[in-house]
Amino acid sequence: MGKFGMGQPIRRIEDQRFVTGTGHYTDDVNRPNQTWMAVLRSPYAHADVKSIDTTAAKNAGGVLGVFVNEDLEAAGFSDMPADSIPPGSDGNAPEAPHRPILAKDRVRYVGEPVAVVVAETLAQARDASELIDVDYGERPAVADMNAALAEGAPQLFDEVTGNLLVHWSMGDKDATEAAFAKADKVISIDLVNNRIAPTAIEPRGALAEYDSNSDRYTLTTGSQGSHKLREWITGKKGRKAADIPVEKLRVICPDVGGGFGMKNFLFNEPLAALFATKVIGRPVKWTGDRTESFLNDTHGRDQINHAELAITNEGRFLAIRVSSLGNVGAYISQFGAMIPTMAGCGMLCGCYDIEAAHVDVKVTMTNTTPVDAYRGAGRPEAAYVMERLVDKTARETGIAADALRRLNFIKPDAFPYTTPLGMPYDSGEYAKLMDLAMNRADWAGFEKRRREAARKGKLRGLGMSYYIEACGGGPTEYARLSVDKNGKVLVKSGSQNNGQGQETTFSQLTAETLGIEMDDVEVRMGDTDDIEQGMGTGGSRALAAGGSSVVTTAEALIENGKKIAANLLEAAEVDIEFKDGGFHIAGTDRSASLAGVAKASFDDSLRPDDVEPGLVTVVEQPPVAPTFPNGCHLCEIEIDQDTGEIEFINYVIEDDIGCILNPLMLEGQILGGAGQGVGQALYEESVYDESGQLVNGSFMDYIMPRADNVPLFDFHYTEVPSPSNRLGAKGAGEAGTIGSTPAVANAVIDALSPLDVCDIEMPMTPLKIWQAIQRAATKAA
Amino acid sequence: MYAFDYKKVASLEDAQKVFESADDGTFMAGGMTLIPTLKQRLASPTDVIDLDGIDELRGINVDSHSVTIGAMTCHADVAASSDVKKAIPALAHLASLIGDPQVRNRGTIGGSIANNDPAADYPGALVGLGATVHTTKKTVSADDFFTGMFETALEENELVTKVSFPIPEKAAYQKFPNPASRYAVVGAFVAKTSDGIRVAITGAGPTVFRVPEMEKELTGSFTVDAISDIAVPTHELNSDLHATAEYRAHLIGVMAKRAVADCG
Repeated sequence: MGKFGMGQPIRRIEDQRFVTGTGHYTDDVNRPNQTWMAVLRSPYAHADVKSIDTTAAKNAGGVLGVFVNEDLEAAGFSDMPADSIPPGSDGNAPEAPHRPILAKDRVRYVGEPVAVVVAETLAQARDASELIDVDYGERPAVADMNAALAEGAPQLFDEVTGNLLVHWSMGDKDATEAAFAKADKVISIDLVNNRIAPTAIEPRGALAEYDSNSDRYTLTTGSQGSHKLREWITGKKGRKAADIPVEKLRVICPDVGGGFGMKNFLFNEPLAALFATKVIGRPVKWTGDRTESFLNDTHGRDQINHAELAITNEGRFLAIRVSSLGNVGAYISQFGAMIPTMAGCGMLCGCYDIEAAHVDVKVTMTNTTPVDAYRGAGRPEAAYVMERLVDKTARETGIAADALRRLNFIKPDAFPYTTPLGMPYDSGEYAKLMDLAMNRADWAGFEKRRREAARKGKLRGLGMSYYIEACGGGPTEYARLSVDKNGKVLVKSGSQNNGQGQETTFSQLTAETLGIEMDDVEVRMGDTDDIEQGMGTGGSRALAAGGSSVVTTAEALIENGKKIAANLLEAAEVDIEFKDGGFHIAGTDRSASLAGVAKASFDDSLRPDDVEPGLVTVVEQPPVAPTFPNGCHLCEIEIDQDTGEIEFINYVIEDDIGCILNPLMLEGQILGGAGQGVGQALYEESVYDESGQLVNGSFMDYIMPRADNVPLFDFHYTEVPSPSNRLGAKGAGEAGTIGSTPAVANAVIDALSPLDVCDIEMPMTPLKIWQAIQRAATKAA
Repeated sequence: MYAFDYKKVASLEDAQKVFESADDGTFMAGGMTLIPTLKQRLASPTDVIDLDGIDELRGINVDSHSVTIGAMTCHADVAASSDVKKAIPALAHLASLIGDPQVRNRGTIGGSIANNDPAADYPGALVGLGATVHTTKKTVSADDFFTGMFETALEENELVTKVSFPIPEKAAYQKFPNPASRYAVVGAFVAKTSDGIRVAITGAGPTVFRVPEMEKELTGSFTVDAISDIAVPTHELNSDLHATAEYRAHLIGVMAKRAVADCG
């Protein structure tokens, strides 16, 4: 491959504007005559809305409109949509309970939007929102899943009996029970997967516009998929949010400051702004502040897992059985019911050769902010269960953690390998990568280091995780390529950039395939008027799906070019070959440049009927198979027994992310992801009290990891090509997050193992570690 | 934030006059607490009186007995001052641990102590060193200045002008930061001064306090071992998401011992 091909560490094009403060985000987009929207939110976790008096607010200075759900409903803005809910064990898939855009007769979580005010200025809108008089009748609330499922718990919805939305299961129950019956031993573990606030650096925002001449709306909002948002608003699957025909809505995504899954989704505020802009007849801007982000951005994770592993005396894994509770919050966000069920549970076998598996999940509703996808979206939860369980098995059997994994790994010659939960693993060399990581981390010398640390009064631990995850298969990604008269190539992709760097990777692939400079490529994404269709960004699929499409389309564009080159050069099409960015008559020195051919494509006499001017090329792409990145994380830490504080000693990652296009960008994705996973293990948790109040809705109390809270990651990779796509690529966006959480947790548990501490709930803060040490000391005394 | 009038003043006299004429005025030093409070609509003053233009309140003066810091001197200047580092290195160190670089370059010693946040660092240094607070109305010892949670001996329309720290024989500050905000969960300031040993704890209780048992034992023997068995009662300590009262009590012992060790 050439200078932009696979393996080239090209610097990111988009970073120039991001790091010089010239990025263009939703809040940077302003229109003449623009107005501002403020949102009044519920202070209660659960209450009846008896009445809302907006009189004083409507009369306040600068106010253009005060709206409640009734107003929205009358205009055809009816309900927040939810995608389908998986069927329960009885085969029936329940309907998602109705979720109004603004509270109707009841509020069900703190921060739920109740009314909106539109005014000339933001300050006026906020001032007026405080004048809205809502008469609430407080109800008992329930924020904890076990409490919500208990007899006599406050009920969120009449139609959701016992707050149990659905009891879902997967796997072969009989085969699993048979395997457990013949097992020599059963190892079990109980885990809490803590609730996380996504905390994108750019809060959500929306700018809504309505043009009465064309009867058309425009929504500008930073997201992970403009097309998906348009579909949820105008309706395709599930309920639609508004009576707007699809052709009457344009959704535009400018630069995005972080999504992490959360910005996939359609939220209340953009819909209220769309409604208001038509009524007011002026553009309406809403920009969430940090408090609103903590309260109304979908949260992530929040599961309780009980898992059991059936093993032989030799340590071979026979079967895994998992029972979980998954919190979806007070309403079902679009993917909300999928995350604790179908999105991740299929990965509960990890990278181990297991005969049978069975999973059941109680999807539970509570008086908390809705929960949905967060970097990894179900797979981190699965990896956490399996990798904690494997380490516990190692401790209880006395088999070394590496030896136990090696014994049970799926072997490299077993691929393609389908797990008992139906996942079609593509490729992997697990033992080889684990060995590489262990050598770099001096695994063999650890016990000596532990003893040396103990002499200084420190508790040293070494934790391993060997994670595997699944990256989006299914429909491919749209790509359209064209060349203008000057030879500049335009790539329109249905993927969408919220930090991953597709502008660079897609330019790199296009330049390489067409033999041109990256400067001659422009990548456009995120505008539903400009891009015919799109899947957006999610499931770490941008390169495997979107990148593959770009290359296939570029190649098809060359074939289209050859037809024109043949006419231009007066040669037979079969004699035209494309190399070094130009079309050549084979065996001669006669050639035409890509720009020359593109220019000729605008000449009807040179262009055959089946080629479009500008060589516009769109290729029907086949669906893509999922990819299964995997790798070994080794985390070595030291605990200060006096304070419970953790110091990172070493952190080694050896990853298989398939074939690597851009190692610089890969490392950025892995390190950022791993840092986020460390955040879940040690620092982050959205905490609700018993009344359903969010206790830590600000950075003063929510522990957001900073540079000095994450280790210096020693990152390497081994290329094991994926047969699932033409680039051999596997997904990189979520892998770091999935691998790091269990590795860090296992390191902490390992450090405390001399004290017989075998569990601490995440986040493993100094307080919790100190308390565990105290309990162990009391027990020992 | 709610609407208010912003007034920038150039002298203490002006500041007090403007305050008198305001309906519900508030002084702003660095604004590191006031601005977030305003942004969250938790305060609604009619006038914000910015003290940033009063040059006489800024500056560090070190003589053979004391370090005197003007009320509007920012934390970064104290942390970076070679004179302070030489005279009372523990004080420069404490200033270097406050907040983050942005906060240290805006936040001031006068603003910090007038606010008296229970988790602020500076009260530890003032009480630990037996400092004197100079105001527009009086001169008051640090022991008497901090009266309760967010409460001080300041009266309405009274401003801190400077703080004088006697130079100790030795001193050290050890802090266990809140993992989210980096305020002090527990901060222990230990000093051997001409007036005796002082141990001041910030972050753990409603306001800074001294630990007489530790001071007594350290007077007998200024060693880590001298205070290793002293248990601080938990009943008046703060308890929150990040630290229970028991954990804070334990950390007081750990941080005090580390500070004694740091004194050398």
